[in-house]
Amino acid sequence: MSRDYMSVSDLTKRIKSLIDRDTLLQNVWIRAEISNFKWHSRGHMYYTLKDDKSRVNAVMFAGNNQFLKFTPENGMNVLVRGDISVYEPHGLYQLYVKEMQPDGIGSLYLAFEELKKKLEMAGYFSKDIKKQIPSIPQSIAVITSPTGAAVRDIITTLERRFPLTKVTLLPALVQGPNAAPSIARAINQANVASTFDVIIVGRGGGSLEELWAFNEQIVAEAIYNSHIPVISAVGHETDITISDFVADLRAATPTAAAELAVPDIGELMVRIQDRKDRVIRAMDRKIENLKERLNYMSKSYAFRYPQQLLEQKEQDLDRLVESMQKIVNQKIDKQTTSLGNLNSRIVRLHPEHRIMGEKKKLKTNSELLMKSFNALVSHKKNNYGLLISKLNVLNPLNVMERGYSLVYNEEDKLIKSVHDTETNSNITIQLRDGKLHCQIHSSKEEELPQAKWSVKYER
Amino acid sequence: MSDKKELTFEEAMDKLEAVVNKLEEADVPLEEAITMFQEGMHLSKYCHDRLQQVDKKMTEVLTEDGELKPFFVEEKSE
Repeated sequence: MSRDYMSVSDLTKRIKSLIDRDTLLQNVWIRAEISNFKWHSRGHMYYTLKDDKSRVNAVMFAGNNQFLKFTPENGMNVLVRGDISVYEPHGLYQLYVKEMQPDGIGSLYLAFEELKKKLEMAGYFSKDIKKQIPSIPQSIAVITSPTGAAVRDIITTLERRFPLTKVTLLPALVQGPNAAPSIARAINQANVASTFDVIIVGRGGGSLEELWAFNEQIVAEAIYNSHIPVISAVGHETDITISDFVADLRAATPTAAAELAVPDIGELMVRIQDRKDRVIRAMDRKIENLKERLNYMSKSYAFRYPQQLLEQKEQDLDRLVESMQKIVNQKIDKQTTSLGNLNSRIVRLHPEHRIMGEKKKLKTNSELLMKSFNALVSHKKNNYGLLISKLNVLNPLNVMERGYSLVYNEEDKLIKSVHDTETNSNITIQLRDGKLHCQIHSSKEEELPQAKWSVKYER
Repeated sequence: MSDKKELTFEEAMDKLEAVVNKLEEADVPLEEAITMFQEGMHLSKYCHDRLQQVDKKMTEVLTEDGELKPFFVEEKSE
């Protein structure tokens, strides 16, 4: 008698595979109440989901529960989504929860989403209207509950980091139906007081309902209208409220808000020292630089050999003078040449030449004159000679030589005719060798036997 | 530096930064650099002194009625 025995492991495996294959048991939505809630230190959540008739074990691993917007508590009604499977070591079927929402406050989520959308459309979240948080505020308004961890965290952090900043608490209700108006009023009050340069508004962590005031429109508007920059610090890292969207800066926690609001005084001290060191270093460097330049320059050629520099300049000067002279000389030469030209022209036109010419001409003419005069004279001489000889021929003296004489009356007038005389008048007869004074006895007219021996003379 | 009294810590820090940056540029004339150096020294001392004079500001509470009262953080009771 042999039977096949199934091991417990195989059995469990079989059951598990049956369940895992059933699509109705995968990705299922369940409405239930939480009990036996246990949050393991490693982050996983273990609890029982129950209704009035049944219960089922549930596990929500840290990877899924880190995005929960609320803290699950016993007795809380929830909506969960997950898969059914078997935990083999215990032969236990359970719900592996992927997602969980509080039941009955689904309307709050809806309201949140609606307001968010509305304000976003209205420009409440615009990056352009975010105000700059002053790096070192003089006075900070803290708006939160005067009791609890949040106010303590904020104030102690502010005092620790930057004790010079004045901190003023404006107490507000941060929970319950009156919280939203209370917070809005405090924000307005801070703006009216106008002595603050930063507002921190927030509270510690809590359930969605507890944080709800920070999702109210009245608070959003107060933050939006604040002329003082607002840092919002609501709940924990994962709690994001409308206030966070509207605020000029969102801090994950109240402590973070305080850290964002003021600088660390120690860091500032270090920064000041650093700037001081840099100023000194920069100055040292500058002086060192200038010294080096001075040194370099004083070693330069010009300073070491000033004589050479001078000589070079001398040489430069000489060269300049030389070239200047050259230019001047060229100019003079040119002028001289043109003067020479003018001079020779003027010399050519000098009257002396004409005078010389005229003199020459005069001389020639004089000579010519002399010559013709001489010629004339000699001609005349010749003529004269001729005439003389002719005259000689005709000279009565010569005639007288030959026996002719001249007869003058008393008045010394030549008597040519017998009619020129009167009887008894005295006459003088000129002879070749003297005169005869005579008296006329008588006169008788008589023709001269001329024709027989007259000789004709022609020139 | 006659406006020293008016200068906030933040303004003094900004000025100091500006002086440092300017001075670290190579081409500042010496006379200007000396003036800037002195100003930088003054500013760093001023900033440092301002942080040193820790007359701890009393935290106050401003009530809804506009009344100011000293406020003390309660010790952690848990």
